[in-house]
Amino acid sequence: MAAAMALVRGVRFGSYSIGRSRSLIFNSLQRRGIAACVDPSIGLTDEQKEFQKVAFDFAANEMAPHMAEWDQKEIFPVEAMRKAAQLGFGGIYVNPDVGGSGLSRLDTSIIFEALSTGCVSTTAYISIHNMCAWMIDTFGNNEQREKFCPDLCSMQKFASYCLTEPGSGSDAASLLTSAKLQGDHYILNGSKAFISGGGDTDVYVVMCRTGEKGPKGISCVVVEKGTAGLSFGKKEKKVGWNSQPTRAVIFEDCAVPVTNRLGAEGEGFSIAMKGLNGGRINIASCSLGAAHASVLLARDHMCVRKQFGETLSNSQFLQFKLAEMATKLVASRLLVRQAAVALQEGRPDAVSLCSMAKLFVTDECFAICNQALQIHGGYGYLKDYAVQQYVRDIRVHQILEGNDFFCLIHVSEMQWFSKLSWSSPALSPSSNTPDSIRQLIIETLRPEVSQKR
Amino acid sequence: MSARVLVGVKRVIDYAVKIRVKPDRTGVVTDGVKHSMNPFCEIAVEEAVKLKEKKLVKEVVAVSCGPQQVQETIRTALAMGADRGIHVEVSGKDYETLGPLQVSKILAALAKKEQADLIILGKQAIDDDCNQTGQMTAALLDWPQGTFASEVNIEADKLKVVREIDGGLETIKINLPAVVTADLRLNTPRYATLPNIMKAKKKKIANVKPADLGVDVSSRLEVLKVDEPPQRQAGVKVETVHDLVGKLKEAGRI
Repeated sequence: MAAAMALVRGVRFGSYSIGRSRSLIFNSLQRRGIAACVDPSIGLTDEQKEFQKVAFDFAANEMAPHMAEWDQKEIFPVEAMRKAAQLGFGGIYVNPDVGGSGLSRLDTSIIFEALSTGCVSTTAYISIHNMCAWMIDTFGNNEQREKFCPDLCSMQKFASYCLTEPGSGSDAASLLTSAKLQGDHYILNGSKAFISGGGDTDVYVVMCRTGEKGPKGISCVVVEKGTAGLSFGKKEKKVGWNSQPTRAVIFEDCAVPVTNRLGAEGEGFSIAMKGLNGGRINIASCSLGAAHASVLLARDHMCVRKQFGETLSNSQFLQFKLAEMATKLVASRLLVRQAAVALQEGRPDAVSLCSMAKLFVTDECFAICNQALQIHGGYGYLKDYAVQQYVRDIRVHQILEGNDFFCLIHVSEMQWFSKLSWSSPALSPSSNTPDSIRQLIIETLRPEVSQKR
Repeated sequence: MSARVLVGVKRVIDYAVKIRVKPDRTGVVTDGVKHSMNPFCEIAVEEAVKLKEKKLVKEVVAVSCGPQQVQETIRTALAMGADRGIHVEVSGKDYETLGPLQVSKILAALAKKEQADLIILGKQAIDDDCNQTGQMTAALLDWPQGTFASEVNIEADKLKVVREIDGGLETIKINLPAVVTADLRLNTPRYATLPNIMKAKKKKIANVKPADLGVDVSSRLEVLKVDEPPQRQAGVKVETVHDLVGKLKEAGRI
């Protein structure tokens, strides 16, 4: 109740005129006199507040003014991202000994949430880049870490995560890209689809099949741009995420040195999934930033737009709608931050929390942004107004890095695991669960189970 | 050079916040409102850190006066590159009435205690717009001052300061030790980097009370009333230049 009233007070007393000019709209994003209840710095340590402040400032000054241009002209903002990397945003949770910032998952979530208010698409790419850098840092040997991580952390080089194929999205373990051992090289054949940054990035972290069918036959190799046999498809035309190019990545007898393999053969799938746990939190955090920005935009629009003789902010229905949006934003934020803490502490519930967070938060935040667009009325549909870009950019968050439908499977299986361990109905050979899903669950959610079966 | 620079930083209401007057009209609402470092103070810190990077000064000390919360502001200065901080504890009623005269007395006392060679301040704070602290501090210390600086260079034992004045730009050479106040175009403050924010945690912030410095912070000023500026009135549209001149004459403007 108090929260709703606080936000409404903010709505009622803000009164100033705002033109359609973009710069004024972005000024409103910088208006940090926001209602205390949706303040994203609540509950953070002083140090985290400093991180957040830098990220917010960077987003407001270096990203937000260009957000629309990057979207409309489909520009991959290399310079802006390198500036971000100079501040330490290139390898936020990568070890400092190879150039990373060595921060926690919670710190990372806070940073991406703040950066996302400036441009969701660019921040989402930065988070994918971070995920790849972390995978090399965590699962690579010292030569690999020293070879790749410093350049990735400084964004001298950019990275892409290559798992999805035209025939395997949610069913990632059925991927077909093959890697046949020939001497001291793997020869890769196959293609990856929907690769963020594909064609413009320098380092590709590729999941490919070195062994038998299923997840246990998958390995993870790092392929550098310029390797013979590596080519790219056409740049996809997307509804959003336009500041990062998306292309197919094609391997035709592409020879990759065995020394580029991360971890042992057969560990690739587990590496990929572990990368995705953090990736889910990052993507959810990006959704949070967009929702936060949209709530503020909606609030400001309501203070200005007059209909029926008074500003929209006097409409009780809209006040309640805004309060609902604020409530869901705060609830989402709490879930993401909890998941981040669980992951960094290595708690057993971390994986399911990450899936829950991604599932819940991407959905809720999309609804918030969509509602904010609705509140803008016809203006919300115009590209002059930022809110439509937030809506378009975060729509895909409900799809990638674990389609919502798939996250539901993750979570529902974890429920069974925690209660019944070995007797989960879905794991029983006579159940209707497809083999591949059963395998996937066994391999990724409780790896020790597979050894005992 | 073994110079030590003292930089004053003030915690003010964030520039992007919409200010509201308290219902009892004794001041503005500060509870729950976002605060941050005064933008001109950020420029001052940046200049000090730049001088350190050029190896023209050895140590940058960030100072702030106020209650516990100003430590956040000092930490921001540390994250930007200051070496250590000094928190002068002033709270409650004393903090509400703290003004340029008391702050400059505190800074003067600290400058003597820390044996500072240079004091860099923001030209004014965005909450009270006083534009007095730098000048008063220089007077109390009997040091030369280079105010509204848009460029600062150390040449041997002297300071060359380009000042922004009404008529344009004025270049002066002043002896060290001196007080400089930073204007907008002096530099563009850097973002604190993540590693620097973490290093800042280890840097020390010393606590000092005004009494320890022999300064009396009681104010000689009393705020009677704080009001919002009058609402902008609607204008009047006129048809001809004649009408315009007539109306201006009526209003006593010409």
